[in-house]
Amino acid sequence: MTSPLTAPMRVSFDYTRSVGPVLSKFLTGLRDQRLIGGRLADGRVAVPPPEYDPQTHLALTEFVEVGQTGTVVTWSWVSEPVPGQPLDRPFAYALVLFDGSDTPMLHALDVPSADAVRTGMRVRVRWAEERSGVITDIACLEPADADADVAAQAPATGDGEAVTGIITPVDLHYTYAASSEESTFFRGLAEGRLIGQRCPTCHKVYVPPRGACPVDGVATIEDVELPHTGTVTTFCIVNVPFLGQRIDPPYVSAYVLLDGADIAIQHLILDIPADEVRMGMRVEAVWRPREEWGTTIENINGFRPTGEPDADFASFAQHL
Amino acid sequence: MRDVAVVGFAQRQMDVFPGSPTMVELLVPLFAECYEQTGWTRSDIDFWCSGSSDYLAGRSFSFVQAVDAIGALPPVNESHVEMDAAWALYEAWVKIQTGEVDTALVYGFGKSSAGLLRRVLALQLDPYTLTPLWPDTVSLAGLQARLGIEAGLWDEKAMAEVVARSLTDAEGREYPIRSGATTAAELLAAPLYADPLRKHDCAPVTDGAAAIVLAAGDKARDVCERPAWITGIAHNVDSLHLGGRELTTSASATRAAAAVGSLDGVEIAELHAPFSHQELILREALGLGADVRISPSGGALTGNPMFSAGLIRIGEAASSIIRGEAGRTLGHATSGPLLQQNLVTVMEA
Repeated sequence: MTSPLTAPMRVSFDYTRSVGPVLSKFLTGLRDQRLIGGRLADGRVAVPPPEYDPQTHLALTEFVEVGQTGTVVTWSWVSEPVPGQPLDRPFAYALVLFDGSDTPMLHALDVPSADAVRTGMRVRVRWAEERSGVITDIACLEPADADADVAAQAPATGDGEAVTGIITPVDLHYTYAASSEESTFFRGLAEGRLIGQRCPTCHKVYVPPRGACPVDGVATIEDVELPHTGTVTTFCIVNVPFLGQRIDPPYVSAYVLLDGADIAIQHLILDIPADEVRMGMRVEAVWRPREEWGTTIENINGFRPTGEPDADFASFAQHL
Repeated sequence: MRDVAVVGFAQRQMDVFPGSPTMVELLVPLFAECYEQTGWTRSDIDFWCSGSSDYLAGRSFSFVQAVDAIGALPPVNESHVEMDAAWALYEAWVKIQTGEVDTALVYGFGKSSAGLLRRVLALQLDPYTLTPLWPDTVSLAGLQARLGIEAGLWDEKAMAEVVARSLTDAEGREYPIRSGATTAAELLAAPLYADPLRKHDCAPVTDGAAAIVLAAGDKARDVCERPAWITGIAHNVDSLHLGGRELTTSASATRAAAAVGSLDGVEIAELHAPFSHQELILREALGLGADVRISPSGGALTGNPMFSAGLIRIGEAASSIIRGEAGRTLGHATSGPLLQQNLVTVMEA
């Protein structure tokens, strides 16, 4: 067995969240360069404020502004920062007890080396230049020198609207591997072949091969080369534009049951007006020029009518 | 309460699983092992429950794809948790208690190596005040370790001793991906990676999967000479806010253990501690005495496949009963950041 195919894959999206009344107070404060905590039932001040009291489970209603200077409670050294962290050079994460708060808060501390940080050291907020009501409005923390100019960090007045939501971009990178069966399928495509696999128990032919027969739960091992002709079992006409769409609607996306296969593959139907496509229509694969082939289903542009008579419904009724 | 026992267990652990993150190819042989141990086929399994995460796989509904490994025609009774599969085992145990089913196969799988694991796991944190800072799991563990060190609760030597025992225990075993007899002194000579942690204090990034078969009453006795009867199982959770709980203890582990009942007479405790100092926290939180053998399998520091490492702890603890090596054992699983969620199960011959 040759090694599976792999490809880099990036998953990127935004989480858009509403924040509720408690976090709104905290995040609005950040935007306005203020640190707002909440008073817990036992009298302690928590920064950030939890939405509900950890003991009484009642919503927090009393809010308290705390100092922007605090004390490091614990820290760890980040020798190899990962993307998205507040600093792209080695730094420390620290739990910091801000003056007037009773619960430590996590943020990044900008110091040149692990030798420059110790538990108990005094640090202060470094505000981001542009703030929108998110935790990264605090760019990071920095050592608070004894002779610090406190006036320099006087809070800005905040009379803007309360923050009601945040957007958190997520950007994940993977090395995505195909299964060995899928790899066989994609390598076949690179040679202009369509390769499925047969279940040793029920003898159904799956294309693309799946690694296990979903009916019997046994590994599929016998390769089966399939012809490039098949039958449209069902289809839909895409009329709705969407992000990332590569062709202009309307177009037809169909399930094509290759001759000899037991499961249909999804692809485009070409060379025929959308309103003339029908269940049972006989079609053949339209391959791109050979020099453009790779280990991808995109080697096939789509399927076009062969002109043969339509297949009987009974011939594909079990494959819908 | 119905008597429920572990009657089958299979696992795989590796540095890098070469196939797709749905892991169908890995689950098929694992299930086959479970069938062989019990003499059952899939039609004897009343309920299936899995633990996995799409964030790890980098694709949506990866657990649905994994159902291919069962063979789901006719349809199967199936469920899933986005947690370590130890919690899937809890769900299956509850399902058996309802009387609706008598047998269950629980499985977990995860290809941790597909992405940058310590970064991906930032997505399990509080989404408003933590995830946007992308705190990686190793850095968070460092904060916790230092708190204990500076409070005098443990020191780097005690942490190294945990690692040395784990690596020594793992030597010659089939599944751990890190092993080799060593000493605390040798380990302490290694450089710091995430001060105060050395790399060996952190569980290795591990791909893998595991499966456990549960059965009630006579069904368990029919297929296993010495079933590992679950005499107590409970789980508990601490605040998502790191500043809102005492990080040098594990209140949720203590509460889970209290719900299970007495831990007296436990001979072996398989603890799911992905960082060396977390084993020290757990031993204290669970009140385990010096006479309890901790994680003879090598534990999570020698192999920590995400979403099955906790289930593997239960499987290892059960196996020592099934093999006749112990009469009363404990399996523990953790999930979430810094021991936020803990599950404790006690099993007896």
